[in-house]
Amino acid sequence: MTDVAESSTSQLAYGPTDWDDHHHLPTNTGLTNEKITMWAFLGSDCLLFGSLVSTYLLLRNRVGPSTRGPTAADLFDIPFTSVSSFVLLMSSLTMVLAVTSIQRAEMERCKLWLLTTAALGSIFIAGQVYEFTGFYREGLGFTTNISSSAFFTLTGFHGVHVSLGIVMLVTMWVLVSGGYLGPDRAETIEIIGLYWHFVDIVWIVIFAVVYLIP
Amino acid sequence: MAITEERPEILELESGDTTSSTGVFARPTNATGWRAWLFTVDHKKIGIMYGVVAMFWFLWGGIEALLIRAQLFTPNGTVLTADQYNQLFTMHGTTMVFLVIMPLAAAFANYMVPLQIGARDVAFPRMNALGLWIFVFGGIFLNLSWFLGGGPDGGWFAYAPNTGVTFSPGAGMDFYALGLQIAGIASLVGAINLIVTIINMRAPGMTMLRMPVFTWMILVVQFLLLFALPVITVALILLSFDRTFDANFFNVSMGADPLLWQHLFWIFGHPEVYILILPSFGIVSETLPVFSRKPLFGYSVIVISGAAIGFMGWGVWAHHMFVSGLGPVGVAAFSATTMFIAVPTGVKILNWIATMWGGNLRFTLPMMFSVSLVSMFTIGGLSGVMHAVAPADTQQTDTYFIVAHFHYVLFGGALMGLFAGMYYWWPKAFGYRLNDKLGKWHFWAVLLGFNMAFGPMHILGLQGMARRHSRYGPEDGFDFWNAVVTIGAFVILIGMIIFAVNIVRSWLGYKEGTVPQEPADPWDGRTLEWAIPSPTPEHNFDYVPVVTDVDDFWHKKYQPDANGKLRKVADGNAIAQKGDQHPHLPSPSYWPIVLAAALPLIALGLIYNLWLTGIGLVLLLGSMFGWSLEPATDPDAGHGDHGDDHGPEEDGPDGNDKVEAETAEEAPVD
Repeated sequence: MTDVAESSTSQLAYGPTDWDDHHHLPTNTGLTNEKITMWAFLGSDCLLFGSLVSTYLLLRNRVGPSTRGPTAADLFDIPFTSVSSFVLLMSSLTMVLAVTSIQRAEMERCKLWLLTTAALGSIFIAGQVYEFTGFYREGLGFTTNISSSAFFTLTGFHGVHVSLGIVMLVTMWVLVSGGYLGPDRAETIEIIGLYWHFVDIVWIVIFAVVYLIP
Repeated sequence: MAITEERPEILELESGDTTSSTGVFARPTNATGWRAWLFTVDHKKIGIMYGVVAMFWFLWGGIEALLIRAQLFTPNGTVLTADQYNQLFTMHGTTMVFLVIMPLAAAFANYMVPLQIGARDVAFPRMNALGLWIFVFGGIFLNLSWFLGGGPDGGWFAYAPNTGVTFSPGAGMDFYALGLQIAGIASLVGAINLIVTIINMRAPGMTMLRMPVFTWMILVVQFLLLFALPVITVALILLSFDRTFDANFFNVSMGADPLLWQHLFWIFGHPEVYILILPSFGIVSETLPVFSRKPLFGYSVIVISGAAIGFMGWGVWAHHMFVSGLGPVGVAAFSATTMFIAVPTGVKILNWIATMWGGNLRFTLPMMFSVSLVSMFTIGGLSGVMHAVAPADTQQTDTYFIVAHFHYVLFGGALMGLFAGMYYWWPKAFGYRLNDKLGKWHFWAVLLGFNMAFGPMHILGLQGMARRHSRYGPEDGFDFWNAVVTIGAFVILIGMIIFAVNIVRSWLGYKEGTVPQEPADPWDGRTLEWAIPSPTPEHNFDYVPVVTDVDDFWHKKYQPDANGKLRKVADGNAIAQKGDQHPHLPSPSYWPIVLAAALPLIALGLIYNLWLTGIGLVLLLGSMFGWSLEPATDPDAGHGDHGDDHGPEEDGPDGNDKVEAETAEEAPVD
């Protein structure tokens, strides 16, 4: 309870306080607003991929009178996809190195690791394009049957997420190279790293659930 | 200006060269006129615009409802064709849910949450504006369908495959799928922003369990939105891909499962029900204590039951699907969870009644609407529990009994609460009260019309009148109650016209000086928004309030004396802040509205021409980059780097040093 006598005489219930001496208030959680924003967005994105994965699991083996063509699972090239999955997972390692280096103000290293991460991501996307093209040649297009629609939608959405991540990484590389983004804003890279790791984790789920589980 | 020179700005090159830090283009600077609204990032202006736009759609959705009722006034009505009827009931539901109640709640959330937690703005003011404009463009896009070949006609729940190209060949369902997608992005942006604001920007001392209940309920709603929206996003994507790109998700001849849409839709749809009602629960939890002059009975129980509704709301969706052949186990499980979720809701009702019990009741307009929420929602809640009983629900599904139920919870519940909020916070937002006499006419007309319109629907439903049918025959025996229902609908219209007249007359009176200026604390309020002048000054708080209690402002005014009796120790209007400080605020920006405009372009392109989509995507990416290169606050305007949560500049010799001391850690990446 506040002191009764004091507030009864006070004309200003909420007058100047010690808090006003600080130019801005600390956040309630100690985390920055931007970081919580990314966590909240990723939480939401979990449900997006959850729904897409469920849809795929529901539809992958369903057949009807006019079903035609192979299912996606018939055409999987597990060794190939394992390699591209490994490449994507390694990009998480380089992402961590990028974040660490900007936190230590090692800008040249940060640039190197940002570019490496983007490159590894691009290799993954290239692999996906190669894989999709192969599927299409073997007669499995987006509209061929119900499992192909579900497969291309799920993996396509993941691919779009990776691509957006690459755009962000390249943008960061430009900003760091131009000197627009220094160690004082290391958290920006850290937040993009959160996104990047999330996209990688989603791929682990997709690879396990879609590719590996028969 | 010293401030700009001394401050490390984000676009400063390492070499020491500085580039223009205001982004690619000049930024808007207008403080008045239409530009001040179009490019504003002020949460209060954004809140008011949410409200204005939602009321426009309320009028439009109401007209749709009246057309439906005109058609059903007599047997074999000839006002509408069956096709027009389908479009109207689809768009009535879609409009009222997505373009009226959700944005009205967003209006209150945007305006009131920062005030209730003692903040200067939301966490990301530009993102806030973005949410508003995406919603505005989404609403316009959805309704463009009326001019481009007819509205959506598959019901607001749009069951696929019924909404596929085969059964709904017009472009209406495309507008539905893409329009809701756009509106969903708006809600998601707003949800993240408000979550961060409430979690991170509360005034010193305001722990989670000292937050006003309205803010609490808004927090729960934003989490529901955060997790529910992606599910309908996926459902709408599947539908759009089917319709636009010939995918096979709902193609039964390929083996599709028609239940897929129903599950996805209702996993979103049932949390959506709580998204619609919880803001109103929050509003009456504010008004009932104020007008009963008692603290809210069981504050923590109300908060926890609200959060419990938020959790349990995820486990009841299949009660919308009892007749779809789920099997006995599924039906029994969802039956049980649905009965169980009535418990926290009932707890709230009892808490509100106990709040009023023995209180010193003042029947002002906000109080009247709040009490009508408690009573009308209880009726709707009771018919809701009836649906939890699967055999009863099997009988009632797709009859007017269901229509009666959800209008009692959404109109009698959500909308009554929102009206309570309007009358309650009108002085805070605009500086004057709405006329009391006209307001009472409004209240009684709406309450009477509402019960006339939706009460008899219970009877019609039990008599077997099916929903969504454009006609009934004279031999069905539905004529009398249908006539009553239609008359009731027009009585509601009269009530709403009185409300509109009230707004205009009170506003004109205020400008002429016949309607008095309201003081800071007209209702003897309990929460922080009443500790600042009416209307709210642009910067909200002169000084950051330090909070020590639930209902902190009340405790500043009333304190126990030596005998433990509560005594008034200060007058709210006397101790309220004066609004005479001038802290820095975030600057307006063009980017939110430009970025938002890209979305309807993309969507129109998906329906008509992919080139348009390309243009939209370029605009989208371009404005994203323009946005992120623009600091949240224009340094040339002499403001601080951000105005969200910092204390005011005091007139002192060290004023500039404080600005300098600010680090770039909150650099704008929103």
